Amino acid sequence: MSKQAQHWEKTRNHLFITLAIWFVFSIGIFFFGAEMEASNFRPFGYPLSYYMTCQGSLGIFVILIFWFANRQEKIDEEFGYTEREGS
Amino acid sequence: MIKGKFIDNLPKVYGIYTGGFLVFIILMAIAEQAGMSAKLIGIFFVAFTVLIYALIGWLSRTMQTDAYYVAGRQVPTVFNGMATAADWMSGASFVAMAGGIYFKGYGYMALLVGWTGGYVLVASLLAPYLRKFGCYTVPDFIGTRYGGNLARLSAVIVLTVASFTYVTAQINATGTIASVALDIPFGIAVYVGLASILMCSMLGGMRAVTWTQVAQYIVLIIAYLIPVFWISNKMGAGFFPHFMLADEVARIAELESQFGLGTVKNSAADLATVPKGLAGITKAHSEVNTTPWKFISLAVCMMAGTASLPHVMMRYFTTPSVKTARRSVGWSLFFIFLLYSSAPMLATLSKLSLMDPNLSTGIIGKSISDVQALDWYQNWNQANLMFVSDFNGNGTLELNEFFMGGKAVVLATPEIAGLPYVISGLVAAGGMAAAMSTADGLVLAISNALSHDIYYKIINPKAETAKRLIVARVLLFLIGFAGASIAALEIQGILGSVIWAFDFAMSGLFFPLVLGVWWKRANAPGAVAGMLLGLAAGTAYLVWVRNGGAGFWGVTQLTFGIVGSLVSLVSMVIVSLITKAPDAATQRMVDEVRIPSGKSVLGKQH
Repeated sequence: MSKQAQHWEKTRNHLFITLAIWFVFSIGIFFFGAEMEASNFRPFGYPLSYYMTCQGSLGIFVILIFWFANRQEKIDEEFGYTEREGS
Repeated sequence: MIKGKFIDNLPKVYGIYTGGFLVFIILMAIAEQAGMSAKLIGIFFVAFTVLIYALIGWLSRTMQTDAYYVAGRQVPTVFNGMATAADWMSGASFVAMAGGIYFKGYGYMALLVGWTGGYVLVASLLAPYLRKFGCYTVPDFIGTRYGGNLARLSAVIVLTVASFTYVTAQINATGTIASVALDIPFGIAVYVGLASILMCSMLGGMRAVTWTQVAQYIVLIIAYLIPVFWISNKMGAGFFPHFMLADEVARIAELESQFGLGTVKNSAADLATVPKGLAGITKAHSEVNTTPWKFISLAVCMMAGTASLPHVMMRYFTTPSVKTARRSVGWSLFFIFLLYSSAPMLATLSKLSLMDPNLSTGIIGKSISDVQALDWYQNWNQANLMFVSDFNGNGTLELNEFFMGGKAVVLATPEIAGLPYVISGLVAAGGMAAAMSTADGLVLAISNALSHDIYYKIINPKAETAKRLIVARVLLFLIGFAGASIAALEIQGILGSVIWAFDFAMSGLFFPLVLGVWWKRANAPGAVAGMLLGLAAGTAYLVWVRNGGAGFWGVTQLTFGIVGSLVSLVSMVIVSLITKAPDAATQRMVDEVRIPSGKSVLGKQH
């Protein structure tokens, strides 16, 4: 496999992991709104369903994007595809 | 000239600007104590901030294409994040979202999830690749990747439909705020708003819009957070509301059942007396009050729409590199998070201020005549955003007898909670900044697509730079004017039009953009079919449901993008597979886009 094909395969796998995490917190958990509301786990005292919609998922997305960017940069570096600064 | 120096000094320049703005707020507070009238404070806030933006717009004037279209591709990561956040957070986020949450509770909080989750898609699927491509506009990418004027034209059509729907809502929002703050009729205020918007973008295009958007972000985030923290502290609810309002959320639930929410119903005859556009509290504040599919379908539409809206995508064309484009998405979402995580807190505080009889500001359970005598009630009633009526004739105001416009939740809360008027002026300035910054981005996205993709690429490829930029500006003016004329008609509320815009964008552009990067086999006929059939299917579904159609799969007029994008995906895949595969040059181009290093596909000047 060429270097470029390997790079793309790693990039694609990284994408799938990222999208899987994204799916869980943007779609998956909201199938269970009623269960979350009834849950005894109440972050800062809020009902879990309420907390996830107004802070939880949002915060996870912010962290997820930075994590995604860092790891993608490492992949690019590994294959020597990093851009030269200032070019 | 000032450019190189300006970029190096950004933190300092905006630091001074922020300090200056805070000093201005303090001066206004002192002026209020000294007896300046509320009306004058409102005028000062709106006029002063708009003048600053206009000044930035004038300082950023340019006659170079890459400065006009992509701000010279030198906007640093964090500042591009702020500009994107302002570009993104519109009148809908600032003025209307907390109102939506206030009235619909959990069901509308899907918007929070959708409007943030979409950025994960932007960062991972699109932004870095489109940046590598080096295009000026989104149709530029479609036109070059798939090849052919038909693909380019289809992309421009989808872009225009989505962005134009969106921009009328933003001009509507600037008009609302200008009419309340400056005390002029809405029909005129809309054009005042338009003039302010055009001042920012006419002379400097993307470069001017970038630097005004950063300034607007600073104003809008200050204007949103100060009232939230202030009210929370004043009420004794906790000094950091985001982590400390659990008791208040629980207290609202308690009051809701005490006041008979959901058990006391208004008769149709009573409701007919309520002015159009105002709503009462009919949904529980924090309870899960909607089906999972309804919540999820709305969130999905907003996420896919986020990843397809050209005015957001084009912000990532302005960063210096692919790496910075990727990081910049993270910063954008961080700055958006600061406001979005505060919106439900504002809705909670606002609702409790009105409802709780233990608070001096509570009005439910007070006598109707007392409430009607309140200053703020009279103001907002006059602006047609608040209404009470003694339906049951017992002389006291019940929960079901109070009505408010969605826009009033953010704009009126400081007054309701008894904050000094200077805060209301600040909030008006913030709302104005939010609506203006988005309108600027949208008007620019449309006019750039028309001037670059239609005029330069299709009609007159030999046009020289000066002529191209003059055409761009004339189009900017015309589109703004058309948007204002439609906004003056007030066909759909702010939040409703914005949600439609997301559905339109998702119907026509989501799959053609994503597959353009991730599926090499996608070709021009497929993309054209995907864009046009997707848009047509989405639009047809919307018209059908609006005219009393039953709909299917529980897809409503707010989520018609699901139908549109599915049709788009299916037709794009089928048509691509039955027609010829893209040629070797196109395949190489896609390979090239997938690695960050090396030259961009399109040259610096094109």
